[in-house]
Amino acid sequence: MTSWRVEVTPDCIASGVCLALAGDDFALGDDGRTHPLREVTEEREAVLDAAASCPMEAILLTDATTGEPVDF
Amino acid sequence: MPESLTYPFPPAESIFHPSPTLSALQKSEPIARFSTADGRTGWVVTRYQDVRTVLVDPRFSRAEASNPELNLPDTGLGQATTGSILGLDPPEHTRLRRLVAGAFTARRVEALRPRAAEIVGELIDALTALPQPVDLVEHFSLPLPVQVICELLGVPAEDRHVFHGWSDAVLGDVTTDPARIAGAFAALDAYFRKLIAAKREQPADDLMTALIEARDERDRLSEDELVRLCQTVLVAGHETTANMINMFLLTLHENPEQLNRLLTQPETIPQAVEELMRFVQLGEGSGLVRVTTEEVELAGVRIPAGSAVVPLMTVANRDPQLFDDPDTLDVTRSAGAHLGFGAGVHHCLGAQLARMELQEALRGLLARLPGLRVDVPVAELRFKNGMIVRSLHELPVRW
Ligand code: HEM
Ligand code: HEM
Ligand code: SF4
Repeated sequence: MTSWRVEVTPDCIASGVCLALAGDDFALGDDGRTHPLREVTEEREAVLDAAASCPMEAILLTDATTGEPVDF
Repeated sequence: MPESLTYPFPPAESIFHPSPTLSALQKSEPIARFSTADGRTGWVVTRYQDVRTVLVDPRFSRAEASNPELNLPDTGLGQATTGSILGLDPPEHTRLRRLVAGAFTARRVEALRPRAAEIVGELIDALTALPQPVDLVEHFSLPLPVQVICELLGVPAEDRHVFHGWSDAVLGDVTTDPARIAGAFAALDAYFRKLIAAKREQPADDLMTALIEARDERDRLSEDELVRLCQTVLVAGHETTANMINMFLLTLHENPEQLNRLLTQPETIPQAVEELMRFVQLGEGSGLVRVTTEEVELAGVRIPAGSAVVPLMTVANRDPQLFDDPDTLDVTRSAGAHLGFGAGVHHCLGAQLARMELQEALRGLLARLPGLRVDVPVAELRFKNGMIVRSLHELPVRW
């Protein structure tokens, strides 16, 4: 099982797309931006869906061991 | 006990503010029950945080809104979006949305900005050659989004005029004869099937060709889905944007000191667009209904499973909990959190595109026609009958 490092960049506009798709993985912060709930997570379809659907391409996924970007 | 609320909700007294009845609910009864004349019931939600929850929380379903067994109140929205992306829940929704999301990202939209600015310039050149007053709807607000979306999608410019009747029937008057709406859908359907066949023969560098590839090579999209997706993108993209442009201008003319600020500081236009998106009441106070898939407790109110829940984005955008002095237009505030594009999985697919078009439209109009003014009193403006989105027949302007 691969682990991913999850990052949300300051480009986030709080559209809530990822919150709806992967509510166990992302949450809205007091700063009005979304943040990952865990910095590293097991690979998960919901997180992939969120990253692929983000209108700002603000969700960055990388392989936690190799640092390679995850394709979606 | 508050008085019982009936749908259709009491109309707004001004085109610039929500109906006072609905605004009052925010304080007195943020999760309020309503009923229709034929005795069906639902819930209407008006506070910012609660509206956001309804939009984001997957227990509020859009797909169930077209379930005929639930005997939901007919708020005039149900059948319209059945089978479209706006009528699906995840995971079906996710598959479709992922296919198109890439074409509408902020990055892709930035690449279209120079072309949009060029279209703005061409439209202003053409309209300034006409005798005044000029109808801004016909010569600017509508052609801008139609031209942009047609170029993005790959719809030939010559065919543009045929969409107007269709979108009027579809996004239009809730009192329209259902047969007319069905006829409009059938015509649009036939048109797109023909166009898709033509693009199969002759692929182009456009969204429709990309979607056809997703269908033909990877089999991720059915033919019906492909047709429907193209239609939805076309329909959702122009009536909304066109009327937003109209409402922006009307709103700025009601607030001349704000207009002046933009004229002297055009670099603040992007921020002003967010505030205008927050402030403008594009809809008349209905909203696309959601249905609870299980019992949900929202702000202390227990909503049973299978209930219709109507989130009022336009009222939520005036919530004092989130925005100070919410009924005042202030183009210097940070209004980015507004719900004008919704939130959650159905967050407007075209939000970045619409933002860019609105910014370029304002930039072009303010720079080229700083003296632009509406030629009729607000009270005499004619909005299309029973229209969902506040939609103007015409907007005569001088400069
Ligand atoms: C200022 C103009 C616009 C406004 C105010 C607007 C507003 C909205 C809102 C509020 C929603 C969510 C509805 C809901 O969840 O109940 C939505 C969805 C949508 N919008 Fe827009 N929109 C605009 C322009 C556009 C444009 C230019 C496009 C074209 C690409 C577009 C395409 C869509 C689509 C396809 C959806 C459904 C998304 C889904 O279900 O996943 N919109 N829009
Ligand atoms: C392909 C079909 C359709 C699409 C993609 C679509 C898209 C949208 C979008 C993007 C909005 C948000 C605009 C806003 O509120 O700012 C909206 C609002 C709305 N639409 Fe549609 N629509 C479709 C068909 C229809 C039809 C046929 C009806 C009614 C007969 C309808 C009724 C409404 C209503 C009542 C609203 C709420 C406006 C408000 O905010 O008060 N829609 N629709
Ligand atoms: S989908 Fe993207 S823009 Fe929307 S809340 Fe998540 S990270 Fe932010």
